[in-house]
Amino acid sequence: MSQEHSQSIESANTHHADDAHDHKPQGFSRWFYTTNHKDIGTLYLLFALLMLFTGGSMAMVIRAELFQPGLQFVDPHFFNQMTTVHGLVMVFGAIMPTFVGLANWMVPMMIGAPDMALPRMNNWSFWLLPCAFTILLSTLFMEGGAPAAGWTFYAPLSTTYSNDSTAFFVFAVHLMGISSIMGAMNIIVTIFNLRAPGMTWMKLPLFVWTWIITAFLLIAVMPVLAGVVTMVLTDKYFGTSFFNAAGGGDPVMFQHIFWFFGHPEVYIMILPAFGIISSIVPAFARKPLFGYESMVIATASIAFLSFIVWAHHMFTTGMPVAAELFFMYTTMLIAVPTGVKVFNWVATMWRGAMTFETPMMFAIAFIVLFTIGGLSGLMLAITPADFQYQDTYFVVAHFHYVLVTGALFGIIAGVYFWIPKWTGVMYSERLGQCHFWCSLISVNMLFFPMHFVGLAGMPRRIPDYALQFADMNAFISIGGFLFGLSQLLFVWVVFRCIRRKGEKATAQVWEGAEGLEWQVPSPAPYHTFQTPPEIKSGH
Amino acid sequence: MSAGYQHYYVPHQSHWPIVGAIALFLMGFGAAHWVNDDFIGPILLTIGFGMLLLMLFGWFGNVIEESMSGLYSEQMDHSFRQGMSWFIFSEIMFFAAFFGALFYARMISVPWLDGAGDNAMTAAVLWPNFEAIWPLIKTPAGVETQAMPWEGIPLINTLILLASSVTLQFAHMGIEQQKPAQLGFFLMLTIILGFCFLALQGYEYVHAYEELGLRLDSGVYGNTFFLLTGFHGMHVTLGAIFLTVIFLRIAVKGHFTSEKHFGFQAAAWYWHFVDVVWLNLFVFVYVL
Repeated sequence: MSQEHSQSIESANTHHADDAHDHKPQGFSRWFYTTNHKDIGTLYLLFALLMLFTGGSMAMVIRAELFQPGLQFVDPHFFNQMTTVHGLVMVFGAIMPTFVGLANWMVPMMIGAPDMALPRMNNWSFWLLPCAFTILLSTLFMEGGAPAAGWTFYAPLSTTYSNDSTAFFVFAVHLMGISSIMGAMNIIVTIFNLRAPGMTWMKLPLFVWTWIITAFLLIAVMPVLAGVVTMVLTDKYFGTSFFNAAGGGDPVMFQHIFWFFGHPEVYIMILPAFGIISSIVPAFARKPLFGYESMVIATASIAFLSFIVWAHHMFTTGMPVAAELFFMYTTMLIAVPTGVKVFNWVATMWRGAMTFETPMMFAIAFIVLFTIGGLSGLMLAITPADFQYQDTYFVVAHFHYVLVTGALFGIIAGVYFWIPKWTGVMYSERLGQCHFWCSLISVNMLFFPMHFVGLAGMPRRIPDYALQFADMNAFISIGGFLFGLSQLLFVWVVFRCIRRKGEKATAQVWEGAEGLEWQVPSPAPYHTFQTPPEIKSGH
Repeated sequence: MSAGYQHYYVPHQSHWPIVGAIALFLMGFGAAHWVNDDFIGPILLTIGFGMLLLMLFGWFGNVIEESMSGLYSEQMDHSFRQGMSWFIFSEIMFFAAFFGALFYARMISVPWLDGAGDNAMTAAVLWPNFEAIWPLIKTPAGVETQAMPWEGIPLINTLILLASSVTLQFAHMGIEQQKPAQLGFFLMLTIILGFCFLALQGYEYVHAYEELGLRLDSGVYGNTFFLLTGFHGMHVTLGAIFLTVIFLRIAVKGHFTSEKHFGFQAAAWYWHFVDVVWLNLFVFVYVL
C-alpha cells in the first residue's frame, strides 16, 4: 500500500510551488524510519483503521452467536475471547491510536509548529503499537486461546482462572502503555513548547486544548495500568496475593486500581472527539464557537472529575455506603461540564448559516447520540438503580453510545473534515452522505434496543440468553451486520481520496473553516511552518 | 516560547526507533514465553535486550552528536526538559499504583478480613482465627513471616541516599562553577553511594529470604514490600547507570559546559526522584 500511496502523493505534488521544501524519502525507509509528523499520523490512522476492522470482525462473531438463543457458532470460551479481545483492540488499537494519529497530523499545523517536538520518539511510539498487537493477537492462535477475562480483566478471572495467554496480554499492554505515554508526552511538549509566536493559550483551537488535557490524563493513568497488569502478572506467575484474600489482598482492590486508570481512560477516548466536534460545528454553522472559554474550563473540569469517580464502575462489588454516595454524586457532577459542552455546540448552531456536508452530519449525530449515551450514564450513576442495571445490556448500550456514536462518530467526522487537507482532494459527498445515513440507521438498530433487553435483565458477556430476548437480539444483530458493512463504504471513500480520485480541494476547503491548518495548501506540504507563521488576533 | 523558534531541529530520518520497537517486542514476547516456562523465552528476551542496548547507544549517540555540533536551539532544550519532567511524572504515577495497593491492603482489605466495618460475617465464615495486624506477619491462609525492621540497613540506606542527593548537588555546583575536580569527585561519590545502596539492598533481600522468611509470596506484606522496594531498586540501578554514563561523558569525552549540561541535569532530576520515592518507601513500607 505504502508504495502506491507515496507515488500518488508524489505525482500530485510535482507541480507544487513548495516543491523545494517537499523533498521526501521514498519506499521502505520513508515509512519505517520517518520522523515526519504527517507520515506518522498517516501510519497511526491506517493502523487504527486496520484494528477497527479487526475488532469489528470480532463484534460480528459476537453478534452472529447472539443472533439466536442457544449456542450456534462458537463455544462459550471462544465467545469470551471475542468480547475480551474486541474490547482491547477497539480501545487500545482503534480509538486511542486514531486520536494520536489525528493529533500528529493536525496539532503541529494548528499551532504553527515545524513538526512534533520529539520526532524520533514519535516514530517509536507508533511502531510499538503493531508490535504490541502482534503479541496480543498471537494469543488467538495459541493453545488455550486469547485472554477471556473481559477487557477489564478482573481478578481472579485474569489470575487464578486464566490461561497462559495472560503473560502475553500483560506484556502487550506494557508496550501499548509505553507507546501511549510517549505519544502523549510528545503531544503535550509540542503544544507547550512549539506554538508559533502569538499563538497564546486562549487562541488555541479546541482540538489542541482537548489534546493537552487528554495527554495529561494519559501520562497520569497509563502507568497505573502498567502497575495493575504487573500485579496480575505476579499474582498469576510469582505467587503474590494482591488480589487474593487468602494472602491478605482483595479482588476488589484490582477493580479499584484498574478503574482508577479506567475512568480517566474513558475520557481519553472522548475528549479529543469533543475537540473535533468543536472544530466542525463552527465551520459549518459559519459562526465562531459559542463559549470558547467555558469549553476549555469544562474540558478541564471533566478531566479533574475523572479522577474521583472510578468506583461508580463497582457499585455492586461491596463498598461502604459513604463511598457509594461519594462516587454517585461526583459522577453526577460530570453531567454539568458535559452539559455545558452540549449547550455550547447547540448554541453555536443557533441561527447559524448551516450547511450539512458529511462532517457536519456526523457532528450533529454525535451531539444527539452522545447525549443519549451521556444520559444513560447518568442513570447508571444512581447507585440503587445501578444495582439493577449492573452487568446487563443496558451498560453495553450506554458505553457503545458514547464510544461508537460518540468517539467513533467524532473520529469519522474529523476524517471527513480533514481528509481534503491530507490528500488534496475532496471526498465524494454522495458516498459520504450514503455512509452517514447507513451508519446512523444501523448503529441505532444495533445499540438502541440493547437498552430494552438490558432493562429487561439480559446479562452481558454470555453467549446464550433467555427466549424472550430472541426477537430483539435478531434485530440487534442485523443492525450490527449493517453497521459493519456500512463501514466498508467509509474505507472506499478514504481510499478514493488516497488514490486522488475526486475534485481538487482548495487550501481553505470549507467556506467557514478557520485556523492555520486551512491556510496551508491542500494537500499540506510535507513540511509545514519551517518558519513560524504569524498569528492574527482573534481565535 | 518564541525564543529560537526559527531553527527547531527536526532530525531527518532514523532507524533507531524501529530497532527499539522490535527490541521491546522481543523482550515482551520473550518474557511472556519465559514465565510460561518456554525455553525460547530467555533467548528472545536476551536478543531483545541486546538490541535495546544497541538502540540506546546509537540513539543517544546521535542526540549527543547533534547537540555537540550545535544543531539544538534553546527551544529544543525546553523540549527535552519538559519531556523529562513528564517522564518523571509518569514514573511517579507508576509508583502511585503500588503505594495505592499498599495503602488499600493495609487500611482496607486486611482490616476487613478481620471483620472491620460491616464485615463481621466475612471474618466469621472465612478465617475466624485471622488477626489484622500490620505488618501482616500471618496471612489468613496461615503463611507466616517476620517483619523487616526499619532500624539497621533500611536506616543506613536512607542516609546513603539522602547523602547521595547532597553530593550530587555539590557535583552540580561544580559543573556550574566550572570546578572540574569538585564535579568529578562528587559525581563519583554519588555513584559509589548509589551502588552501596544497591549492595545493601541486595544483602537485605538475602537476609529477608533466609533469616526472616519474608518472601515475595508471603502474603500481601511481602508482595508490597518486594514490589515497591524491587521497582525502586531497579530505578536506582537505572539512575546509577545514567550517572555513570554522564560521568564517563565528562571524564572521557569532556562533554558539558557550565551553561549547557541538560544530560547531567536529567540524570540529577532522575536521581532526586528515586530519592524521594525512597523516602516514601522508608516511611510507609518500613517505619509505619
